[in-house]
Amino acid sequence: MQPFISATNISKRYGTTQALDNVSFEVGKDEIVGFIGADGAGKSTLFEIMTTLLIPDAGEGYINGMSIDRDYQKIRSCIGFMPGRFSLYQDLSVEENLRFYANIFGSSIQENYAMIEGIYTLLKPFGKRKAGALSGGMKQKLALCCALIHKPLALFLDEPTTGVDAVSRTEFWDNLIQIRDSGIPIVVSTPYMDEALRCDRVAMIHEGKIMDMDTPKEIIKAYKGCLLGIFTGERYLAKAIVYRLAGIESVYTFGDSVHINLPTCHPQIMKQIADSLKQGLSAEFQLRELNPSFEDCFLQLMGQAANER
Amino acid sequence: MNDKIVEVNELTRNFGEFAAVDNITFEVTKGEIFGFLGANGAGKTTAMRILCGLLAPSSGTATVCGYDVASQSEQIKLNIGYMSQKFSLFNDLSVWDNISFYAGIYRMSTAQIKQAGHQILQELELGKYKHRLVSSLPLGWKQKLAFAIAIIHKPQLVFLDEPTGGVDPITRRAFWDMIYRAAAENITVFVTTHYLDEAEYCDRISIMVKGKIGAIGTPQELKEQFRVQSIYDVILALARGEEQ
Repeated sequence: MQPFISATNISKRYGTTQALDNVSFEVGKDEIVGFIGADGAGKSTLFEIMTTLLIPDAGEGYINGMSIDRDYQKIRSCIGFMPGRFSLYQDLSVEENLRFYANIFGSSIQENYAMIEGIYTLLKPFGKRKAGALSGGMKQKLALCCALIHKPLALFLDEPTTGVDAVSRTEFWDNLIQIRDSGIPIVVSTPYMDEALRCDRVAMIHEGKIMDMDTPKEIIKAYKGCLLGIFTGERYLAKAIVYRLAGIESVYTFGDSVHINLPTCHPQIMKQIADSLKQGLSAEFQLRELNPSFEDCFLQLMGQAANER
Repeated sequence: MNDKIVEVNELTRNFGEFAAVDNITFEVTKGEIFGFLGANGAGKTTAMRILCGLLAPSSGTATVCGYDVASQSEQIKLNIGYMSQKFSLFNDLSVWDNISFYAGIYRMSTAQIKQAGHQILQELELGKYKHRLVSSLPLGWKQKLAFAIAIIHKPQLVFLDEPTGGVDPITRRAFWDMIYRAAAENITVFVTTHYLDEAEYCDRISIMVKGKIGAIGTPQELKEQFRVQSIYDVILALARGEEQ
């Protein structure tokens, strides 16, 4: 089957900074593909190239058979793009923004209301409010409605949930899943590692390169070595103690615990770690093997990339 | 001796009919890392603006570093630091010019600025980039620099408004190391975040829901109070309670 969206060997340089370095990927019609990486990793540049707003130095891209180079006008009229920076008209009301975006794409709110109904119901009470006066989560929902109102063939969402609270993020992703199921493929970027799990496939992007691209499940399966969690109130002390031990690959704080990566979780090594913690910590702690989260995998890949330099 | 650095009593702020901050009362203890959580639109920014002396309350009182927010806002500004994800540094100024500009605003002498500035460059390993425009730095570096500048005048209290938004997981952790170092130097930290693992790094957190304080306590206390395993579930329980 032909991929719906494809990019081949895309590179882009700004002065001495290689923003994108030979990036290739494909997106199927029934997929949400996530680009996960830090600010400055190249996500926005990639989104701007794929939505024909920026010309790459090298490489090709296609959306439903249309070239991002030659068919840019056609592409612009049939995709939806939500840029990272809030770019609706702050002085227009919620309704006015929506009507404006529908009109410039030659459509109307009524024509495609079904597309946005689920999300717009939540916005409706604020219909007369100016977009600039909405809360962060509401702004993002409105921007998504505006990107959807012309019934696009594909959606590109650049960090739609940055600055959005945890509960609103969950709701926003419920919306994305519905949109995908209605037949619109989605390319989305995010700095939140937990959102990776809701994508069909994920590309981890770091310094302009795709480090790995696979289903979240496979990425987690590929985690190297063993992961231990220390559950304690004295996390910084625990971190300092295990840092000094031999054979530890990495130590990171993770909310209420400290995660340690080891080549293996041999009982002898676990006992050694437990003994050192017993000596150093003043309160009770728990040490146990954990299943890696997506963030553990991302940290491991970033660590590897840093070592290879 | 009063060990409370922030004391808020029945504080309210209305915008027209709408109470953005609705009769809140809480305290922050000196030296604490205090997490100020809540959904978008819950009133966090309004409350923080009042505490920074940038917005007058409609009713109620609040003192910060012993000064009244309504009548002594200028004294407050001299005793606090502030940084946010959205606005922190001037992109068109160099690293050094940003340092000396902010230090100057805080009325530090030329000799003090020189000493404190060099210490920042050294700690953040930014020596080579002293004359680079801030716009050319990666976001993570900018945020670390912005934080160092926000506490260059050794304030009693620093307000951090979503300091780690959009930052990669390694830099987020490095940022929290800096927060802990600041706390160890007796700077009280008042921080907002949407990353709930970071809520666990705070000594105490409060969760705002529709203008009110929905819950307040140590992360552990809140999880026990709501009988859940994570802070996300605490927030979800509060949000659901609100809907009913």
